[in-house]
Amino acid sequence: MSAVTQRLKAARPQLALLAVALLVNVFVAPGFLDLRLQDGRLFGGLIDILNRGAPVMLLAVGMAPVIATRGIDLSVGVIMAISGAVAAAGVNAGLAWPVAILAALATGLVCGLWNGLLVAVFRLQPIVATLILMVAGRGIAQLITEGRILTFTEPHLIAVAGSTLAALPLPVVLALAAAGLTGLLVRATALGLFVEAVGTNPRSSRLAGVHTGLVLGAVYVWSGLMAALAGLIATADIKGADANNAGLWLELDAILAVVIGGTSLYGGRFSIGRSVLGALVLQAMRTAILRAGLPPELNLVLMALVVAAVLTQQSPAFRPVATRLMARLKNKEAQA
Amino acid sequence: MAVTPPPVVLAARGLTRQYPGVRALDGVDLTLRAGEIHALLGENGAGKSTLINLLTGAQPRDGGTITMDGVEIDPDGPGGAVKAGIAAVYQEITLLPNLTVAQNLYLGREPTRWGLVHRSRMNQEGAALLRRFGLTIDASRPLSDFSTAVQQLIAIARAVDLSAKVLILDEPTASLDTAEVQTLFTLLRSLRDQGLAIVFVTHFLDQVYALTDRITVLRNGRLVGERRTADLPRLDLVAMMLGKTPTAESHLSRRPAAGIPAGAPLVRAEGLGRRRLVGAFDAELHAGAVLGAAGLLGSGRTETAMLLFGVETADQGQLVVDGKAVTLRSPRDAIRLGFGFCPEDRKLDGIVAGLSIRENIVLALQAKRGWWRRLSTAQQHELADRYIKLLDIRTPDAEKPIQLLSGGNQQKALLARWLATEPRLLILDEPTRGIDVGAHAEIVRLLENLRDRGMALYVISSEIEEVAAYSDRVLVMRDRAPAGLLEGDSITPAAIVNAIAADHHTRGAA
Repeated sequence: MSAVTQRLKAARPQLALLAVALLVNVFVAPGFLDLRLQDGRLFGGLIDILNRGAPVMLLAVGMAPVIATRGIDLSVGVIMAISGAVAAAGVNAGLAWPVAILAALATGLVCGLWNGLLVAVFRLQPIVATLILMVAGRGIAQLITEGRILTFTEPHLIAVAGSTLAALPLPVVLALAAAGLTGLLVRATALGLFVEAVGTNPRSSRLAGVHTGLVLGAVYVWSGLMAALAGLIATADIKGADANNAGLWLELDAILAVVIGGTSLYGGRFSIGRSVLGALVLQAMRTAILRAGLPPELNLVLMALVVAAVLTQQSPAFRPVATRLMARLKNKEAQA
Repeated sequence: MAVTPPPVVLAARGLTRQYPGVRALDGVDLTLRAGEIHALLGENGAGKSTLINLLTGAQPRDGGTITMDGVEIDPDGPGGAVKAGIAAVYQEITLLPNLTVAQNLYLGREPTRWGLVHRSRMNQEGAALLRRFGLTIDASRPLSDFSTAVQQLIAIARAVDLSAKVLILDEPTASLDTAEVQTLFTLLRSLRDQGLAIVFVTHFLDQVYALTDRITVLRNGRLVGERRTADLPRLDLVAMMLGKTPTAESHLSRRPAAGIPAGAPLVRAEGLGRRRLVGAFDAELHAGAVLGAAGLLGSGRTETAMLLFGVETADQGQLVVDGKAVTLRSPRDAIRLGFGFCPEDRKLDGIVAGLSIRENIVLALQAKRGWWRRLSTAQQHELADRYIKLLDIRTPDAEKPIQLLSGGNQQKALLARWLATEPRLLILDEPTRGIDVGAHAEIVRLLENLRDRGMALYVISSEIEEVAAYSDRVLVMRDRAPAGLLEGDSITPAAIVNAIAADHHTRGAA
């Protein structure tokens, strides 16, 4: 019980941010919080945010350990496109749907393995190593789809985004399950400790016997797998593989989600749960802007402002300034 | 002796600094006089670093005043302290190795012509400045071309040139050899005679008596006292530092020779070496015995440990463990054989700063068990608490970030990390470097304890008396190759120095 309260306490800034974003939603769209059960599936504003946010939640779940090792994975958006293309091309070529889905996930694993190899074995800087796939990946996806949007009608594949499990849209269940599994994987084993140790001081970790190469490789493989799952959802959602637009710029959303979740880009401590909250904050903001009827172009500007505010608030250089400002304001009030 | 004391330059009164849970400095006074060298002494965690940080404004103070020539100052940030006339040179040199010597000397205040840096004038003035410090070098060469000792002198020259009233030197001799220390001392004496007030922080007591005029001792964040060096016998000084009857130097008496245990050695290095790293050396490590390694910095002593622990892979000779030849390709291979290694650079290669003391202690054991067999949180707490108690690691609890510990306590935590793996061979590179008298003695006692319980130890140290006191054999390294092996009664500090210095003088102070 105390572990749970401790975790909730640590997640206070993220929870507060999410609450604010949800409140804005309530303000622009009364009835936003209403939930209704229809045909065994829940409907409502909250469910929409979870459902729309599922792909970035998945990406953030994979990205958090990568960033904790002082790395970054710029290729996740592209991996989404490739895995979607593989699944679509697979079913269109007559593969059974489970085989197509497994092939798509395997593609993500291979992409992650490639990134991991470049970072862990060839010691490329992560930003450059994953940039290679980020650039080449769209081309690979386009080769698979032969430059078209590859639509499909395979009902099981469509069901990845369209069906319901336990009254929730399947993508929500998948994202939450992946987050839970990842959390378990890093905290119930020693992987979390190794990831944080390698991210903080790789030299000491190696001397203490941590297999740094394996740890580095593993986080990129996992990130690739999560991205492939996100790609399946995105593809199933539009019943087609769009090599040009699937997952476009979502790597940036994922990085933001992790950073909002309190993980430093300098590596070290990370939290899967808080990264998921970060992804939800982003989605809630996006939904609010759309519902307010503001031009979607404004979306990016507002998001940038919010992100700047969040990061400034986390910056150690800003804290004393803020404290002093608050003190001065209070003084003025007292005088008045 | 009734000389009027020289005028006070800097007077700090009641300096206080509070960290979460710890009062790092509690109402400490420090009085610096013109033309005096003032030793600032104390054990680990005594508050020396904190005091220096408050004087240079690197940390804000929570209480107390600082006056400079009778005027109260507020060194808010290093720039403010420099303006007031306080400059510090740290053990880790804080210059920029990729810039030239002159650029380093004039960083932020370059001589200009038409708004551009006047490079040739800067180089000339830099060279002239250094000549006053007894250095005749080309100031237009990159700083990294010069030895640590020369870089240290350059750092001092910069500091003195910036503000010539108070100069603080934090462990300036830690990485210098004997000749270099003498050069530094000559310089410091001449600066003193010019009227500078110098603060000298060190853990070498010999240097305190050779150089300083006055001593301030801190313990646990409080002022113990200020004495004239000439009036304070060595034993009394140690007593002040330890806060108890001095036993610190008694650990240096050589124990009755137990000799090398009979039987085959646990580990035998036969002509082990690696090109461009270290020449072929032999070593035998027995359970319950200590092999010491002595030599100057750069003699190859650290490199022997790197080969024995698989940090680097040997390309000649062979390593025999339990009678079988093995090849170590990584530290993991060595750990699997039951080896442990406490590296020389605690910050860079030892602690994982940012993680807790508990996580740092369990790291090696957890790595040995593998990622799948996680030590439960309860087991981790039990392990950490046991070693914190056993090794007397001074911390309120195991969850504190390890970087908040003092150097000696960090070293104990690293020892705990390896002891938790129950190693058969423990390799220690400079286990007492940068650690003060009290913790020093504790660590030496700990090593003797481990040896008596049957562990094989390989201890690399520049503390020759210590090496002589606890080693059963001493491997002396010179110029990246073995220079001799001392055994039994032939192990004396003098013999080790002789072996190290055999042709040192003929090479001169290059």
